[in-house]
Amino acid sequence: MDETRMLTGTASRIQANTDKRRAQWNKTVLIVACLLPGFVLLTTFLLIPIAQAMYYSAYNWNGLGPLDNFVGLSNYRRAFSESVFRGAIKHSFIIMGLSLAIQLPLAMTLALILVRGQLRFQRFFRTIFFLPYVFSEIIAAYIWLYVYNPRGGLLNRFLEIFNPAYAGTAWLTDLDTVLVAIFVVLTWKFFGFHMLLYMAGLQNISREVEDSARVAGANEYQVLRFVTLPMMRDTIALTVFLSILGSFQQFIVVWILTGGGPAFRSELIVTYLYKFGIQRMQLGYGSALAVILFAMTLLFSIGYQRLVLHRTMAD
Amino acid sequence: MTSVSAPKMTFSRFLMYLFVIVVALLMFSPVVVVILGSIRTTGEFMSNPVALPKTGIKWENYTDILTKPEFWRSVGNSLRITLTTTFLVILAAAPLAAIFARVSFKGRSVLFNILSIGLLFPLVVAILPVFLQIRNLNLINSFWGVILPLVTFSLPGSTVILIGFFRAIPAELEDASYIDGCTTFGFFRHVLFPLARPAIAAIATLTVVNAWNEYFLSLVVLGDSKKWPLTLGIMQFQGQYGTEWARVMAYITLLIIPAVIFYLLAERYIVTGLTGGELKG
Repeated sequence: MDETRMLTGTASRIQANTDKRRAQWNKTVLIVACLLPGFVLLTTFLLIPIAQAMYYSAYNWNGLGPLDNFVGLSNYRRAFSESVFRGAIKHSFIIMGLSLAIQLPLAMTLALILVRGQLRFQRFFRTIFFLPYVFSEIIAAYIWLYVYNPRGGLLNRFLEIFNPAYAGTAWLTDLDTVLVAIFVVLTWKFFGFHMLLYMAGLQNISREVEDSARVAGANEYQVLRFVTLPMMRDTIALTVFLSILGSFQQFIVVWILTGGGPAFRSELIVTYLYKFGIQRMQLGYGSALAVILFAMTLLFSIGYQRLVLHRTMAD
Repeated sequence: MTSVSAPKMTFSRFLMYLFVIVVALLMFSPVVVVILGSIRTTGEFMSNPVALPKTGIKWENYTDILTKPEFWRSVGNSLRITLTTTFLVILAAAPLAAIFARVSFKGRSVLFNILSIGLLFPLVVAILPVFLQIRNLNLINSFWGVILPLVTFSLPGSTVILIGFFRAIPAELEDASYIDGCTTFGFFRHVLFPLARPAIAAIATLTVVNAWNEYFLSLVVLGDSKKWPLTLGIMQFQGQYGTEWARVMAYITLLIIPAVIFYLLAERYIVTGLTGGELKG
């Protein structure tokens, strides 16, 4: 009797163990099956290319023939000694500075007006402001190529109303105006996106907090400065982050409007990389440029997330 | 009290309306002028950009494009790239997000960090390394050389959006499905994915916009002009008819109209996807 009970007990324990093991096995199969397609792609088109770029960057290579011209770090040294590349970095920083100083405040102002001003047709205005974000950058570039056209372009036609001297002004071939002209296009294309994020952030702040500040005697400026904006901190931090990254990732708008010219005055990092790496098939040098761009992005992102967003990437 | 504050309020509201309307006009005038230009002759357009057609609407600007086989071939190429990419993104991102959101396992944080690297580097930054890899894989001049990297670089963002939605689905539903005899996969299939349909629609919509507007990969991968999508088609067209503004405007309008219609139809999903479901109305 006792023996039989013991045996059945062992049997059911063994049964339970195999069930557990089978469940564990099923879980592992599920995890692998779900992760595999995505991670095969990420490995093939993200991790391996990054590793290859680091490797190729130590060679002089035109893409044909074997990799036999090892040059160590000289591709990197070349990049930082080229005045055109240094100029490209400088221009990217200028675009970044202008975005933070003008584009984001404009987006915030419009979001505040639309959400807190309780304007009618809020949705209509939101759609108008956001639409360019949905257009292809190529379309945006061609629209503005016409707007800036010296002869008969919309901008000069408009300015001629006030001062005929503007006729024929070539905004995109003037060394002093080209970067600002490009910045205007980027603002037109992208500020609606930031405005949308701000609108979402504003809707999440309870109006009662703002109202109680008003009851406590704060004027509208103080409410904005000490209540609304501090509560928008996370959203603002995110848009600043995206805006800075975006400034270093522009290509096609510049490529179509100016091709980086005149005299490299609107060259940005990616247009430089395309021109000197891909078009001229200097793949070793181009790889070094890509690695520099990667490193800048990675360092900035990690630093920003640690210092400003107060979180690690795993969150 | 109201009588004191009301006039001031009206004035500031007037200023707000004024500001918003002026910005809206500045934003939209280039688009309106392009559309007006597309139905007139280049001469009319150059002499006065903002005017209605005087000699009748020039439909030729459009019919000339719409009767070109190259245009329709580009439309087909764009559709092919966009639809395949979107389908594959959903297929790869939904299981990935489900695992990250609902299952704990060893190595999770390492894998999630790899995914996050993809968030930092959009395709435009990685273009040269990706181009070299496409060359190694013999995918130059193949649609897959555009589609697969596009899927890869759409994955991290889409997965992160989906993880947020999957996490929001209460654990009670998961427990209940296990009591009913579901496996974890069954829970994904019968509970998680159907409930997250709006979120999946959101990532599909964002991927459609992204893939439809893609140009950089196509530029470096597709040398054969028969395979060019519309974004490269317009570059070619502009190169041929650069001085005939009216025709280029017509081509631009043909690309703007579907974008606007698509946006108006899918606005809810685009806004949901970009703001993590926070923006209402």
